[in-house]
Amino acid sequence: MNRLVVGAGYGLKDWLAQRVTGVVMAAFTLIMFAAALGGAMSSREAWQAFMANGLIRFLSFLFIVSLCWHAWVGVRDIWMDYLNSAALRLFLHVMTLLALVGYAGWAIQIIWRL
Amino acid sequence: MPEMTKQRPKHLALHEIRLPLAGFASILHRISGAGLFLMLPLLIWLLQLSLGSTQASVELFAAITGNWLVKLILLGLIWAFLHHFCMGIRILLIDIHVGVEREQARSSAMTVMVVSLALTAIFGLKLLGAY
Repeated sequence: MNRLVVGAGYGLKDWLAQRVTGVVMAAFTLIMFAAALGGAMSSREAWQAFMANGLIRFLSFLFIVSLCWHAWVGVRDIWMDYLNSAALRLFLHVMTLLALVGYAGWAIQIIWRL
Repeated sequence: MPEMTKQRPKHLALHEIRLPLAGFASILHRISGAGLFLMLPLLIWLLQLSLGSTQASVELFAAITGNWLVKLILLGLIWAFLHHFCMGIRILLIDIHVGVEREQARSSAMTVMVVSLALTAIFGLKLLGAY
């Protein structure tokens, strides 16, 4: 059986992941906006206290994971749509993935060491 | 079967394509997403500095966010985020079959662009210290 080297697999999973992570991020955005209106970003001390809250730490962790997963699917789609060379595509897929995993670790340790 | 004899793959001349409004909003969704991805290190760095407890992080945060070029980048990222956010909601609605008809899809694409630009103005003025 011949298959094109598209690097994405076939199926529903990525499409669904893009929606679920998008909804998580949208919900978190609205929470942050409400918090900002409530004064959570009025000063450095208020901001740090807000971000150190247990529930916010849990939610911001979910946001970071969602963002990196979402960006992975989206950026990978861009490489797949515009690059014809399978070798270059594979290289950029790996680079994108490594960057996003690194960003996730970096961002998570920022919010979790508070 | 004349369909089978068509040339594949099709060659698309990007500069000759005239996108409909919804297509334009859609490509902006992709561009805004790519921009946000590329600027992630800057955003995480600013998050780190904003949550840092040392005097050095306070000063560095102020210095970076006070730079006009950074302000310009952040203004662009505010638009990118808002456009991506609004367009994402439009995509989710279309997924559940809301606004699929051509006229509705066209007007929702226009709404996304107008709303995200208006919100960019509101948040952008805050960024620039207008209020």
